[in-house]
Amino acid sequence: MERNVAQIALFAALIAALGLVPKITLAFGVPITAQGMGVMLAGAMLGARRGFLAVMLFLLLVAIGLPLLAGGRGGLAVFAGPTAGFLAGFPVAAYVTGLFVEHARLRPVGLRAFFGAVLGGVLVLYAFGIVGMSIALGKTIAECTGMMAIFIPGDLLKAGITGMLVAAIAKARPQVVGWAAKA
Amino acid sequence: MISLTSPVKTAAHGWPAGAKLITLAGATTALFLIDSIAGQAAVLALSVLLYALPGRAFLFHGLRQIRIVLPFVVLLLVWHAFAGDWPEGIRTALRMTSAVALANLVTMTTGLSQMTDLLHRLFGPLRRLGLPTGLIETAIPLVIRFTPALIVKGRFLTEAWRARSPRRANWHIVLPMALLALDDADRLAEALRARGGLHPKED
Repeated sequence: MERNVAQIALFAALIAALGLVPKITLAFGVPITAQGMGVMLAGAMLGARRGFLAVMLFLLLVAIGLPLLAGGRGGLAVFAGPTAGFLAGFPVAAYVTGLFVEHARLRPVGLRAFFGAVLGGVLVLYAFGIVGMSIALGKTIAECTGMMAIFIPGDLLKAGITGMLVAAIAKARPQVVGWAAKA
Repeated sequence: MISLTSPVKTAAHGWPAGAKLITLAGATTALFLIDSIAGQAAVLALSVLLYALPGRAFLFHGLRQIRIVLPFVVLLLVWHAFAGDWPEGIRTALRMTSAVALANLVTMTTGLSQMTDLLHRLFGPLRRLGLPTGLIETAIPLVIRFTPALIVKGRFLTEAWRARSPRRANWHIVLPMALLALDDADRLAEALRARGGLHPKED
């Protein structure tokens, strides 16, 4: 009980802290932040249920007015803006990532986390984000998908890094990444 | 950690948080019902007026918070100018800016403790259903306490990296940060247990 609450709280804090890691700019000029990686990590490390709760807790703190999103943003405004769909997709992304790593029979561990992160943190997240953007901007789904396409390589890169990180953490703290021990 | 509440005290700081949220929900719904550009412009003008009333500091602080919509406003206007139906672009841009501005207004005039009090009341029905909402309320201050602690550790890790490498640290510090977070979680869990533990069914 205490350990679950502590891990959920610490991962919510980790997602917030990763918003402050300096941005990486991809070769073709699109900036990416480490915050999305925090969401993928929460799902891949804590599993579906606790990963979902960690991200929900993070969003709850953003909503009550703490500037925890990358770039010091926060408050209710970010939930009314055109990128609100991505925020709504965050917890689901962590849940799907967690669900995949818990149930897929795939080796090595890093590869399983990578596919989980692509499924949850890219496919599911963009589905939510693009629908939200299409509502806010009054554009079709196809038009919004076209606009967001430039960010997808960066998120695939994040999924790749997430895979490597999870493989490393599974070695360093095997007791935490419980699903990695099972075949 | 500093919340986004404005240090400039306004009359709205004293209003009940629940009422402000209900008004916000109503206003945002109304934004989608107003079809005329004049109506949308009037709402935005009213929002800007609300920002301007408490004075310059409040206005500039508020405008800084809502500039996140700027790239999308530019995008909408350019897009619709090319497509030839600029009224639709202006209407959507106005509506989006008002929605963000009004939501931010609630954040700027509602303190953190008012928000957590409101959460406690909103959780009431869930609590009566037997859900352990008390755990969420326990976790909120933990996150507020541990976020700056992790940020400081991340800063030290970046400095240590810089001392050893000519390249930027970037994502390389994410692994040690995640490990530190996991170890902190273990110690925090022990500390919580040592102080009597958490009891989800009690309030």
